[in-house]
Amino acid sequence: MNRRSLATIVSASTASALVLTGCGQAGQGDQGGGDGPVRLTMWTHSAGNPAELEVYEQIIADFNESQDDYEVVTEAFPQGAYNDAIVAAAAANDLPCLLDMDGPIVPNWAWAGYIQPLELPTEITDALLPTAVGSYQDEIYSAGYWDAALSIFARESVLQENGIRIPTADDPWTIDEFDSALATLKDAGYDTPLDIGAEDTGEWWPYAYSPMLQSAGGDLINRDTMLSAEGVLNGPEAVEFFTWFQDAFAKGWTSSGGTVGNEEFNNDEVALSYTGVWNALDSLEAAGDDLLILPPPDFGNGPKIGGASWQWGISSTCNSPDGARAYLEFSFQDEYITAFSDKQVVIPATEGAVEASEYFGPDGDLQPFVELSQQFAVPRPETPAYPVISSTFEKAAKDIMNGADVQQALDNAVAEIDANIESNDGYGF
Amino acid sequence: MTAATLGERDVRRRHKIGSYVVMSAIAVIFLFPLVFMFVSSLKPDAQILSDVGSPRAFIPVGDISLENYFGVFDRVPVGRFLFNSILVTVLTVGLGLIVNSMAGFALSRLRWRGRVLVLSVVIATLIVPFETIAVPMVYWVSKLPTLVVEGGVLKYDFGWLNSYHVQIVPFIANAFSIFLFTQYFSTIPKSLDEAARIDGASWFTIYRRIVAPLAGPAFATVAILTFLPAWNQYLWPLMVVQQEELRPVMVGMQYFFQLNTAWGEVMAYTSLITLPVLLVFLSFQRAFVSSVAASGVKG
Repeated sequence: MNRRSLATIVSASTASALVLTGCGQAGQGDQGGGDGPVRLTMWTHSAGNPAELEVYEQIIADFNESQDDYEVVTEAFPQGAYNDAIVAAAAANDLPCLLDMDGPIVPNWAWAGYIQPLELPTEITDALLPTAVGSYQDEIYSAGYWDAALSIFARESVLQENGIRIPTADDPWTIDEFDSALATLKDAGYDTPLDIGAEDTGEWWPYAYSPMLQSAGGDLINRDTMLSAEGVLNGPEAVEFFTWFQDAFAKGWTSSGGTVGNEEFNNDEVALSYTGVWNALDSLEAAGDDLLILPPPDFGNGPKIGGASWQWGISSTCNSPDGARAYLEFSFQDEYITAFSDKQVVIPATEGAVEASEYFGPDGDLQPFVELSQQFAVPRPETPAYPVISSTFEKAAKDIMNGADVQQALDNAVAEIDANIESNDGYGF
Repeated sequence: MTAATLGERDVRRRHKIGSYVVMSAIAVIFLFPLVFMFVSSLKPDAQILSDVGSPRAFIPVGDISLENYFGVFDRVPVGRFLFNSILVTVLTVGLGLIVNSMAGFALSRLRWRGRVLVLSVVIATLIVPFETIAVPMVYWVSKLPTLVVEGGVLKYDFGWLNSYHVQIVPFIANAFSIFLFTQYFSTIPKSLDEAARIDGASWFTIYRRIVAPLAGPAFATVAILTFLPAWNQYLWPLMVVQQEELRPVMVGMQYFFQLNTAWGEVMAYTSLITLPVLLVFLSFQRAFVSSVAASGVKG
């Protein structure tokens, strides 16, 4: 290294470092400057989702214009990185005033002290879908503008050609009928007739498959006590369901191959697809009027689907919770909820927004999802232990899919969940 | 020329051809991911998925367009993220070269009590994974004093979050770089220092005018080894930078992983953020290879 290059590095780096040291930005504090409006910082998980951000920008602009006391400023994070950012901000005592969160995480963040009770007027929260409201210990901590729902996508022509009954919400497939349909479709030439989404990872697993377990009579945890999974996650009903689950892969009715999304169904490579409302428009384009949106099969206790999507809460460190509540109250207007719903293709959380929705209204192509959500949605257990339950369930279910002993895998999962709950003194239950 | 000599030449030629064939095959294997990335960035999502598993995945055929690149610019402020990453990387590497080489110089050339202990502690820190100290570090940097500009006025405040320097300063001092400089400097004859001392040179002059100019390969190696981690920073900026205008390129990757991943845009974005790294590598390829060979360090 010659002297000139070393000197260049030294001078350039030092000068830049000195300049940058003076380039600190204001933190996430919620106070405005001087006598101006109180600034309310708001974080969303919506970076990279222009359709959702557009609605937030509209609400914020309207709210800021509607009064002089508060000014909401937003910062968008990418969804995959959002929870880590929140945990880091909580460690640094730098949480924003308003934050959104995935429904199942609400009790954990309430227990951890990140968020405070929402205390919105009951006329707002009572009007929402039950799964659009997040609670912990009988206290409401979050509320959302929409929910998502899962269903079975099918082509009417394929079912008719193979003599398979088309189920309805009132008369869903029994598990025997479902098995028979899968066997028929396999014989008809579909290599794997059902795309169950097993190639996906993370929260998809408990979101998609724990409702099937509940339909079979099991559950993720004993919801009466929230203290143990013994007997519900490893009881006879759970073993029966997971034996079916394992057999479905072993018999080639479904597989863990393929790609995340709904391409295989859209290309008619699979006959049935267990997937979400977010894939409906693409499938509608691919299958047209032939597309059927069907309830999941009844494993014995009626069809079930997962409930609770992204919801809004107020951080415990918010300096102006009244301002945050004022913003949230303002935002729960049907026109905004409808806009979210139609731009993102998610189920509106209020009746008024459903009526006004292009896709989910009485004549909308995706109206069946509203019925499924209202009739069959089950929230994931409202306990701070849920993150552990979720990852443990995923591991056990994947082991079973890959051929592990069903009872053993479930017993291990129960032991892990119970140990975690015990080591956290029951998480307040 | 004897038959035996002809036979040896033949064998040597066959060995040469054989080694070229093997090396070419390995080169092709290493190039496949890059080719797949660039080619896929020109295809729509459905075609990317349908081409996977066939040679078409590596050939720009079918519905080829720049649509994914337009999509990337709609979804992510690419220019801003690239600027941030370049700034953070250049300063981290530049300041790291200065600080770590000086530390290495002090540990290898100066005689002071506790030198061995300090070097041992520095090396010991190498076994601590960054992930284990990330959260305490977030808390720590959130309490550090700083200057902020608020309403056009420069103010004294606490907290380094949401800044460029929080992405740079914690990574300037680097245990591995210090160790590498220490090792390399110890191979330079000390008689040079002694001659300079007799001529009245200060230690800084010896560092700047004698040792540093002779340690080109060490500087190049450290530059390479610190460039890539700085460019690839993900966890730390994710935790300490909340404002979009200060985020680096790797955090931007997550923008594309929505409920339905836009694979074409993912490939277009990764192509865009890989290009600067490739350009740097190709520009300094000769220096990189010689420095790595000279220092005996593998990246």
